[in-house]
Amino acid sequence: MTREEIIEKGQVVYHKPTLLNDTPMHYCPGCSHGVVHKLVSEVIEEMEMTEKTIAISPVGCAVFAYKYIDVDWQEAAHGRAPALASATKRLWPDRLVFTYQGDGDLACIGTAETIHALNRAENITIIFINNAIYGMTGGQMAPTTLLGMKTATCPYGREVSLHGYPLKVTEIAATLDGTCYVTRQAVHTVAAINRAKKAIRKAFEYSMQGKGSNLVEIVSTCNSGWKMSPEKANKWMEENMFEFYHLGDLKDAGADK
Amino acid sequence: MADQEITLMKGNEAIAHAAIRCGCDGYFGYPITPQSEVLETLAAEKPWETTGMVVLQAESEVSSINMVYGGASTGKKVMTSSSSPGISLMQEGISYMAGAELPALIVDVMRGGPGLGTIQPSQSDYFQACKGGGHGDYHLIVLAPASVQEMADFVDLAFTLAFRYRNPAMILADGAIGQMMEKVVLPPFKPRRTEEEIIKECPWATTGRVGGRKPNIITSLELRSEEMEVINLRIQAKYREIEEKEVRFEEFMLDDADYAIVAFGSAARIAKKSIEIARSQGIKVGLLRPITLWPFPTKEVQKLAERVKGILSLEINAGQMVEDIRLAVEGKVPVRHFGRLGGIIPDPDEVVDALKRSF
Amino acid sequence: MAKMKGATVVDTERCKGCNLCVVACPLDVLALTTKEVNRKGYNFAHEVLADTCTGCASCATVCPDGCITVYRLKTE
Repeated sequence: MTREEIIEKGQVVYHKPTLLNDTPMHYCPGCSHGVVHKLVSEVIEEMEMTEKTIAISPVGCAVFAYKYIDVDWQEAAHGRAPALASATKRLWPDRLVFTYQGDGDLACIGTAETIHALNRAENITIIFINNAIYGMTGGQMAPTTLLGMKTATCPYGREVSLHGYPLKVTEIAATLDGTCYVTRQAVHTVAAINRAKKAIRKAFEYSMQGKGSNLVEIVSTCNSGWKMSPEKANKWMEENMFEFYHLGDLKDAGADK
Repeated sequence: MADQEITLMKGNEAIAHAAIRCGCDGYFGYPITPQSEVLETLAAEKPWETTGMVVLQAESEVSSINMVYGGASTGKKVMTSSSSPGISLMQEGISYMAGAELPALIVDVMRGGPGLGTIQPSQSDYFQACKGGGHGDYHLIVLAPASVQEMADFVDLAFTLAFRYRNPAMILADGAIGQMMEKVVLPPFKPRRTEEEIIKECPWATTGRVGGRKPNIITSLELRSEEMEVINLRIQAKYREIEEKEVRFEEFMLDDADYAIVAFGSAARIAKKSIEIARSQGIKVGLLRPITLWPFPTKEVQKLAERVKGILSLEINAGQMVEDIRLAVEGKVPVRHFGRLGGIIPDPDEVVDALKRSF
Repeated sequence: MAKMKGATVVDTERCKGCNLCVVACPLDVLALTTKEVNRKGYNFAHEVLADTCTGCASCATVCPDGCITVYRLKTE
């Protein structure tokens, strides 16, 4: 059996989601953003919400998310995406509203907007890409940078005495009464990607069922910022990031709300 | 007619009632003196149970203005209100909205600064309202009410202009207009637009790709310099059109005037009394009251400079609008400023003294 | 016994040569080109052991740029 026959007679078992358009993404080779973009696109398609989705992009590497996923987008100021999403969802309650934010955007400059939107039980989903570094501005320290980790603004490694501790926003979110579903996922293996997709789907569904706010953190790599190959970055993430940022559901109150 | 009923209320309350009545879809705000009655009145009126208007107390002015940014991005009629320090915090979001060309209403009930300043009335936000208070080349459409009636009337006018030009509009009131009680005839009720109407009227809005249309993107970002220049030029052309078509002003006893006072808001009310006193002393003086501070009535000030001997800019600040008057006058006649600071409203007699000293 | 035969089609112009698909493939079907590059100058993924592909789609699932389409056919 030739390759051509398989392609001709076989079934397509994987294809780029159609909602993810053909515009080449500006992300570095191997960047986790691309995988999460695919998952978000797949979930919107599978929920048949293309015509009812309003997404909010951040400032950071994902600022141009609106160029790649073919839904309506608002491009927020740095950290303010949850405020835009709060108003949008309240004004259009039957729309699927989510933000897509990085660690600098969500856990640093936009901490107030994030915490308060989550705690107001806004029926939105926040997708939080945590790669422990500022990617777009060239690899500076993030609020989530691990102790000892070297970045452009902590070139000798993050030290408590100089920089304080890395922030676990997702753990904080899990304590808030307004949140329904809070989870931490990764996208470095097929199994992890499948779990992350289920998590995004669950969060989106809860938001449409009016059960409150949802936070899906994706522990991610930034191989350019970390100065590693994509493969090594995945390994480094498994060995270092997961120890501090434990994967799994932190809260699922979907049945109680 | 119940709609025509004359009631007595504060300027801030009039803003809230007018918002509900003009079909506003959402208010997002944060308490700050001297404008907190806007949010308080809305909370007490519960419009979400009647017109369906959303009212939300945000965690900060930064969040309020970004909620307005999000709401305006969907074509809804949304607004916020604050006072000077809060408006300073909002400037980032206002710049983004001007860049993304979004219609919205921002109410600034001014108090004295700089810094935490005072909670007493002031007009010292003229610069941050009229000159594009945040980063980038932009303008807001700025309306300056001088009565509680105008507080009520300008809400609908501001929304109309904001949507006509896809540009944020501001009602720039001072603490005195916000806090004073006056009789007011509230505007008649106008229903909120339906979602279908919004989608039709605002084909640019992020409402979801209804009917499978191509995605709508609301952004102020463009990294290609050539494209960014084109966007800026288009926005500037819009500003020139607004300057051409939307200047509003009031003239008072200018026909035979030898001198003119230019004043807005509370200062214009003081000016009228000062003019009465001055005329009783044989000084022929009149008033030009800009109603739109941006676009500024430049041509009217120019015409004034052709026929009066001097112009006094009366402001409750250290002299901000006077710069625009001088730009318009181009040195043809003397232009002086008089104002009080620290939240003090000038006394009509001291304005007359200032007139005499100035010319 | 029924056997799954698979085939991958890589959008080589979209591929950035990150190598994650190569690592993800359990059967070493894919590799990056060593000499040939696409218009952006990246070495790109291509099939080197096409016969062994079962169409598990691991490569396509991990591909951050959605470059890979996977086909599968059941054979006797």
